[in-house]
Amino acid sequence: VLNRRCVEAAVMTGLALNCSINKKSLFDRKHYFYADLPAGYQITQQRVPIAVNGSLSYSLCIDNKMSQMVTKTVRIKQIQLEQDSGKSLHDDTRNQTLVDLNRAGVGLMEVVMEPDMCCGEEAAAAVRELQLILQTLGSSQAVMAEGQLRVDANVSVHHPGEPYGVRTEVKNINSIRFLAKAVDYEIQRQIEELENGGTILNETRAFDSKLGCTVPMRDKEGKQDYRFMPEPNLPPLILYDAKSLPANMNHQQVINIDWIHERLPDLPSVKREKLVEQYGILPEHSFTLLNEDGLAEFFESVVKQTQMKPKKVIGWILKDLLSYLKQHSLTVKESPVSSSLLADLLNLLEKKEISSTAAKQVLAELWTGEGKTPLEIVKEQKLELLQDQKELEQICQAVIDGQENEVIMMVPG
Amino acid sequence: AVLKDGLRSQVSAALKEGRVTPTELCQRCLALIKSTKFLNAYITVAEETALKQAEESEERYKRGQPLGLLDGIPIAVKDNFNTAGIETTCASNMLKGYISPYNATVVQKLLDQGAVLLGKTNLDEFAMGSGSTDGVFGPVRNPWSYSKQYREKSVPKSHSEDEESNWVITGGSSGGSAAAVSSFTCFAALGSDTGGSTRNPAAHCGVVGLKPTYGLISRHGLIPLVNSMDVPGILTRCVDDAAVLLGSLAGHDPKDSTTVQDDFKPFELPDLTDVSKLSIGIPKEYHAPGLSSEILALWSKAADLFKNAGAKVVEVSLPHTRYSIVCYHVLCTAEVASNMARFDGLEYGHRSDKKESTESMYAATRREGFNDVVRGRILSGNYFLLKQNYEKYFVKAQKVRRLIANDFVKVFRSGVDILLTPTTLSDPAPYREFIQEDNRTRSAQDDVLTQAANMAGLPAINVPTALSERGLPVGLQFIGRSFQEKELLTVAKWFEKQVQFPMIQLEEVERHDNGVFQHQKSASFS
Repeated sequence: VLNRRCVEAAVMTGLALNCSINKKSLFDRKHYFYADLPAGYQITQQRVPIAVNGSLSYSLCIDNKMSQMVTKTVRIKQIQLEQDSGKSLHDDTRNQTLVDLNRAGVGLMEVVMEPDMCCGEEAAAAVRELQLILQTLGSSQAVMAEGQLRVDANVSVHHPGEPYGVRTEVKNINSIRFLAKAVDYEIQRQIEELENGGTILNETRAFDSKLGCTVPMRDKEGKQDYRFMPEPNLPPLILYDAKSLPANMNHQQVINIDWIHERLPDLPSVKREKLVEQYGILPEHSFTLLNEDGLAEFFESVVKQTQMKPKKVIGWILKDLLSYLKQHSLTVKESPVSSSLLADLLNLLEKKEISSTAAKQVLAELWTGEGKTPLEIVKEQKLELLQDQKELEQICQAVIDGQENEVIMMVPG
Repeated sequence: AVLKDGLRSQVSAALKEGRVTPTELCQRCLALIKSTKFLNAYITVAEETALKQAEESEERYKRGQPLGLLDGIPIAVKDNFNTAGIETTCASNMLKGYISPYNATVVQKLLDQGAVLLGKTNLDEFAMGSGSTDGVFGPVRNPWSYSKQYREKSVPKSHSEDEESNWVITGGSSGGSAAAVSSFTCFAALGSDTGGSTRNPAAHCGVVGLKPTYGLISRHGLIPLVNSMDVPGILTRCVDDAAVLLGSLAGHDPKDSTTVQDDFKPFELPDLTDVSKLSIGIPKEYHAPGLSSEILALWSKAADLFKNAGAKVVEVSLPHTRYSIVCYHVLCTAEVASNMARFDGLEYGHRSDKKESTESMYAATRREGFNDVVRGRILSGNYFLLKQNYEKYFVKAQKVRRLIANDFVKVFRSGVDILLTPTTLSDPAPYREFIQEDNRTRSAQDDVLTQAANMAGLPAINVPTALSERGLPVGLQFIGRSFQEKELLTVAKWFEKQVQFPMIQLEEVERHDNGVFQHQKSASFS
């Protein structure tokens, strides 16, 4: 029996990736024997998948500086629905394999991209954007470490103008960072191999994160004949749109593509645009905001509670807040400094009650999370800016007086 | 006399009126099962649970609140349907000892209506075969082997010759279910029908065997052979009973995506008196090679019966019939190969002791668990599914299947209401003779008249017609339009009334019935 939610997720994702949704798609059985495949076959969509011909736009910074961003596109070949297998855990010491069948049969969405990317950085950026899209749609939490998003990289090299070379498939990539590393390593390996007069085998390799390299996977032998056969227990999947929807259909039994389209949430690219427009921040800022889970919401919350201009707030968010969180490996949600606390602090700064140096000091104090408000800290540490001109003059005079020598030396310059 | 009666006419009423209680009924059936053990119709007899179900039924009758026509009625289920808590083996080593955690939808439906599940019946291993001779628990014996009718007609070859060695097969693969119904140990039984597996043994055992339209009854819990052709089959002693069973089983099942969404309304069969508006088609291609002259004559007589009663009887043609058996074999083995892939010994069922590697464990498990027939079909099926063969065999067969189905569509569109054909090529063969040929040869021969209905998904029914010269049952088959079971069964019921098929005269049954055995005068057909 087909899982409705899976179909909806696939349609949403297909629409978000600008694909054509196939109103009729088919299911097939892919046969092979493996301990984690209890039926001896996997149900997939080999003949006609649910969505085809889409595109994914992503951005890269040139030269590693967040100052110049360039937009690239990778074509999406197709999206297909299929079943997950179980998980095998090899226990080599006891020469046995443990099989966990809990996730066997659970629905998967396979997104197949065309070979439009040229290096690890591009691959990582594209996957990152895909991740954000999936999370926004709610199709998947897409956390790679938890296996919610699994990425296999197909890599080949060729001289410009010549046809694509033989490709290898790299598996066992557990994070976006490793994806970039694996791709770059494999590219290098292939180039070296070819320059040494060798050939590239059409094989499957595993990424070894400890060594930072790819190694051939011992399980896969040459070409396997999967004996594809139409899945007899699942009739063709028919999707409707507003035009083709029959009048008397039970709405529980059908999926209306247009209905789903109308309800799509704002995709990351749209969200970024809105942030830039609304707050006057730079595009690269919007990227960082969306890249960090919860950061955009934090930023907007602070902006609401403070008189400081968003263009100035963003600096505090991206430099001070974010770097602190990164240093201590905290997520935005785990931040000891709430948006209201930060807003209070920024208000003090804006009203010129403290200097920006003082503000940084207060912030450092706030990180300790002792629960004091910025105002309390300011008072405690006597960080108030002196508004009284006369008082200031006195202090400065005192300092100058105390440093006569310095002053004399400075004045001529 | 209670045991021999049909469901609605006597037993249901008897239960309601208290003339017999569900417990008594159940006990009698269980006792009869014991004394007919030599038939080997049952693999598992669920005595304890059956008696419990009977007791519960009795309580309901006492309160005047029976669940329906099936409350308290003893039934048997072919051993390829999952039954919770009761062993389900498919007559294979692969599933010996396997206790399913759930009931097949059809089993659940029967239980929900108060039916009493007596046990699981014998079959060919994994429902592959046409004799019910190739299961690991041994062959099923046709109750008619021990009937007065057969014994009177059989010439003893020598004094020392045992009746034992002369027994005839039940046909298959639902032989156990057919034998159970035929020998009165239950009032109805579930079989399965992929290429004729319900109708074939029905014909050989002299009972009614209904194959419903594909998609009408849920396959959820029926261990699959060919997903695109399997249907649960119904075996009863009369057509009315088949209609009752159908009514309780048919309808959409959310757990089976291949069941139709349309509402199903159970029906009562009218007593047809006027057949003048009926058009009966006689497909000439069903005059198959190997069809016995006896059956040919019977078929002809049946056609005349309709004609003389005023119906229109026409010869029709289903031109692709001769390709159907080959086409069936390709598609059947391909799906079998796929469906059998799940039996690896890892999660359930038999597991071999070989430990060197997963592959060797799989290979040994499957070799030990499956018999030759099953393994043969898996190998063929995988061959047809290989990339290089897929177009040539599988896809081609699908196309031919479409042509076969269209043959029927055309004929039904031309004004024919029901098709009348033989069900089997001959009366049931003696076991000794039957096993001279291998399973594949036999299946190829015996399936010829029945499997086209599976290819086209059409409803078909075997109605016991007459006894052969040897005193053994012969049946004829009616094939109807998709989802027109009511029409099909109405005609079948009329025919049944006309032919008055004789009741089996079994000693064991007489002993258990505690009553005066009533000779049923049959307006004998042959």
